[in-house]
Amino acid sequence: MSFEPKNPMLKWVETRLPITGMLHHALYEYPTPKNLSYWWTFGSLAGFMLVVQLITGIVLSMHYTAHVDLAFDSVEHIMRDVNYGWLLRYMHSNGASMFFIVVYLHIFRGLYYGSYKAPRELLWWLGLVIFLLMMATAFMGYVLPWGQMSFWGATVITNLFGAIPVVGDTIVTWLWGGFSVDNPTLNRFFSLHYLLPFVIVGVVILHIWALHTSGSNNPTGIEIKDKQDSIPFHPYYTVKDLFGLALFLIVFSAFLFYAPNWMGHPDNYIPANPLVTPAHIVPEWYFLPFYAILRAVPDKLGGVMLMFGAIAVLFALPWLDKSRIRSARFRPIYKQLFWIFLIDCVVLTYIGGQPAEEPFILVGRIATGYYFLHILVLLPLVGMFEKPKPLPASISADVLPKKSSDKEASNA
Amino acid sequence: MTTTTPIEEDGVKRRDFLYIAAGGVGAVGTAFAIWPFVAQMNPSADVLALSSTEVELDAIEEGSEITAVWQGKPVFIRHRTKAEIAAAEEVDISTLPDPEADADRVENPEWLIMVGVCTHLGCVPLKESGDFNGWFCPCHGSHYDTSGRIRKGPAPANLVVPPYEFLSATTVKIG
Repeated sequence: MSFEPKNPMLKWVETRLPITGMLHHALYEYPTPKNLSYWWTFGSLAGFMLVVQLITGIVLSMHYTAHVDLAFDSVEHIMRDVNYGWLLRYMHSNGASMFFIVVYLHIFRGLYYGSYKAPRELLWWLGLVIFLLMMATAFMGYVLPWGQMSFWGATVITNLFGAIPVVGDTIVTWLWGGFSVDNPTLNRFFSLHYLLPFVIVGVVILHIWALHTSGSNNPTGIEIKDKQDSIPFHPYYTVKDLFGLALFLIVFSAFLFYAPNWMGHPDNYIPANPLVTPAHIVPEWYFLPFYAILRAVPDKLGGVMLMFGAIAVLFALPWLDKSRIRSARFRPIYKQLFWIFLIDCVVLTYIGGQPAEEPFILVGRIATGYYFLHILVLLPLVGMFEKPKPLPASISADVLPKKSSDKEASNA
Repeated sequence: MTTTTPIEEDGVKRRDFLYIAAGGVGAVGTAFAIWPFVAQMNPSADVLALSSTEVELDAIEEGSEITAVWQGKPVFIRHRTKAEIAAAEEVDISTLPDPEADADRVENPEWLIMVGVCTHLGCVPLKESGDFNGWFCPCHGSHYDTSGRIRKGPAPANLVVPPYEFLSATTVKIG
């Protein structure tokens, strides 16, 4: 079913630039598995949050000043003097956290239902690229208010590159534009913080393109076999996503209006002081698992390599997971390992927020070890030895009520 | 069939030379064009110009310390006590992660001058604390001794001693 506009004006445009047809295909007729659960809503919520961050960010930059002497005060000016400035800033700062929440749920959804497996490897990779770009953007955005956590977060993270042998110091000086984090650093971070979201938009378009080429995965993990298995995206999933959005906005608003600083740090309301490090510095919550991995190794280069390695191994996931069954519903052992892995990630998040002392160091090391054990050892082994449950004949067969013959059999 | 480019005996066409030459010149030219965009991120002339700081020492009593600023970084200037000097000198340097004698880290043992930036990830260590009564970095738990040498924790190296000289008995120039 291809798109043929009736309106002559639209027809004229469509023959010259088939953009309406493309959108119609992507948002209207796109054949979607009919059994998608609410776990499939987080992709569109992530898209929504990207738009929220872009719009609030663009208007905030109209009032912000990227200079070490003025940045902190300009943020307070936004909070106190700019019309609705408090609302826009809290939307943006809490929005970053919300963006990461929905993206983490989106990623774990993919892990549970095997959405990274063939033919969706590139789709998974593009998602990881978006995740990396989001981390870079969020990190640089957190530096802009130029509070104590901004300054020392920037110092610690840029110093990670100093662990690179031979050229490390040269790279760090190049990143800073000086001999410490200072005005040149703030200026370039502002420039890049404005740029990267648009790069994310570009990669999101590729991500959706790859998605619509292979089609959405679904809770059974089996492909659409005939027309019976799919429904058009509109109105079924537009409505489902909108309902999900409404519920999500309630959670977002609860933070925004009742606990806008709950996910932040009080120290960031102290202006940056290059001579005094706060006694307990921690990154924003969404970086804590990786921060815990960094600190688990009592060696600078080793810690940095392991931290970047934690994300790098995710790129290899489609080939490490040897099982050809996608959905954990039919993988009794993997299903349990998934939940252990999820708990392990939660433990890492908790440890990342604690001071570098016992017993947190030991727990952090065990949890870090398990993270890599799960991905590098358990996933390939389970795929080889696990006996999967029988798969349903089709998506339809899985979701429709059992045939009457089955019923009679059970009644008998 | 006629061809516009004659084929040489060894199978290499004259046009191949043109492709490689044009591609090579293009690649070099592109690299030259990219360089300013990379180099602009390095420290600018005014940042490089802030290369030295002079500090008066007469107000710093024995057992106390000040923090000066050099190139935007904190510099610890400590007037060490006899006990601190003795503790620093009696360590067996072969047991250190980054072996360095105390005598190699000072011009005058009374004055310990070093960049107050943890060699792990750049936090400012706290004075008179840690397991060796020197400095302790609260960020990731590195312990330095009374000579600023790393003794325990993730930092790979001793606190850096900047270039400095005593202009007089009470004035030091850092940088």
